Amino acid sequence: MMSFLSYFISGVSLGSVYAIIALGYTMVYGIARMLNFAHGDIIMIGGFAIFTAVTTMGLPPLAGILIGVVVCTVLGVTIERVAYRPLREASSLAVLITAIGISYLLQNVALLIFGSNSHQFTSVVNLPNLVLADGRLNISSTTIVTILSCIVIMIALTTFINRTRTGQAMLAVSEDRGAASLMGIDVNKTIAVTFAIGSALAAIAGALLCSAYPSLTPYTGSMPGIKAFTAAVFGGIGSIPGALLGGIILGVIENLSKAYISSQLSDAIVFAVLIVVLLVRPTGILGRQINEKV
Amino acid sequence: MAILEVKDLEVYYGVIQAIKGISFEVNEGEIIALIGANGAGKTTTLQTITGLIPAKAGHILYDGKDITRVPGYKLVSMGIAHVPEGRRVFAELTVLQNLKLGAYTRKDKEEIEDSLKNIYQRFPRLEERKNQPAGTLSGGEQQMLAMGRALMSRPRLMLMDEPSMGLSPIYVNEIFDIIKEIHKSGTTVLLVEQNAKKALAIADKAYVLETGTIALSGDAKELMNNDQVKKAYLSE
Repeated sequence: MMSFLSYFISGVSLGSVYAIIALGYTMVYGIARMLNFAHGDIIMIGGFAIFTAVTTMGLPPLAGILIGVVVCTVLGVTIERVAYRPLREASSLAVLITAIGISYLLQNVALLIFGSNSHQFTSVVNLPNLVLADGRLNISSTTIVTILSCIVIMIALTTFINRTRTGQAMLAVSEDRGAASLMGIDVNKTIAVTFAIGSALAAIAGALLCSAYPSLTPYTGSMPGIKAFTAAVFGGIGSIPGALLGGIILGVIENLSKAYISSQLSDAIVFAVLIVVLLVRPTGILGRQINEKV
Repeated sequence: MAILEVKDLEVYYGVIQAIKGISFEVNEGEIIALIGANGAGKTTTLQTITGLIPAKAGHILYDGKDITRVPGYKLVSMGIAHVPEGRRVFAELTVLQNLKLGAYTRKDKEEIEDSLKNIYQRFPRLEERKNQPAGTLSGGEQQMLAMGRALMSRPRLMLMDEPSMGLSPIYVNEIFDIIKEIHKSGTTVLLVEQNAKKALAIADKAYVLETGTIALSGDAKELMNNDQVKKAYLSE
């Protein structure tokens, strides 16, 4: 029972990382109507930025995270400005291919700078583990910090969207770009803000992910990226609570199947569940039931 | 003085020319009607003025300033509001959120609250439904919301695109009464309508569009008695 609880909690923690990454996919999809396949690689860049700041330069972890957030935000906004904005009126396929191209570009730039060997990431969380039930349940501090970060981010983001002008502008743009511009909303600026938020969250996700799984390579972002994208689709792409729900469910399924079924099959099981959910509910768990023109 | 001047405007959809060099002007304090059949270019004209569609040639002057290449979102704070065809309210947002988005370019919190009160006075039904998603309103209520939302920016010039489209006759009368009121309170109105009879009845001047050109123009009362207009647009 204790081991189940322990697997479950670390599943929730892994799922929290997926949820934070999934927010980036889901917000960009909801507002810019595009799939940013380079999002996973922004996590990796964030990881390397923090690694360089903390491990190479010896800065404190919080300063490292701050640098990672700044690097990723600038990177995300730049990618949007240079690669995606010129394609605003282009077909969604052209945008998708561009995003895949950016993904490879980021991986190869990282490969050029940091090489293909894995780097040992120092955890940004230096707190004692939580020991419960007379030592039978040992929860790592990284796990706890990850889950708490996810909760804080969710609350902050929901508040931002519901209570600020920019948040309301994001909702307006996501529903009707033309009508939003008739309200005086600068659609390009709103989309840039969305990329900034998504990329800043990717840096935080990178810090948490690499703290839990400390081996950092130029490909570190791709698998979590794909899984978080899956989580976003699973929960209903475009929906923020959907990203949270999808991420957590995915993380728990992955961890439990690793523990009780097979660690090699866990990814296959995760994607099989996704396929079943999408067969039953094509728009995901919390997705809007609308016919979308793609 | 002309608040809006459109000079030799040309608009294309790909290779198809939708607007073939039209010119007209709107004076401060007037109601100007653009009438014409489906596909004549009325909506395209309005959408080009507010930057939803780019102009290929010609000029649009607002208050004497050339706004032809000004991005549409900047026009709101300059005093132009556009109530689009099909209303385009934000269906998933509440009535109140929609109205507040109408005041997006304004920063004066207290005055925004005053404007909101004014809108609720003019459209009591919007206040009753302020916390309801806009998508659950009836067509007529959505039209009122779209107008209220546009008024929240305190426009000097209001463009209205087919406000009576798809509404029941009772609502149509109500909407036209509201347009008269908006005009009376000092806003200049450029009205696009298929309901030519109603539009001409409240307008000062009117322009008749036919396949991207202005076929006729003049005093609204005179156009109402013009045989050509009677035959083609007033179904008499």
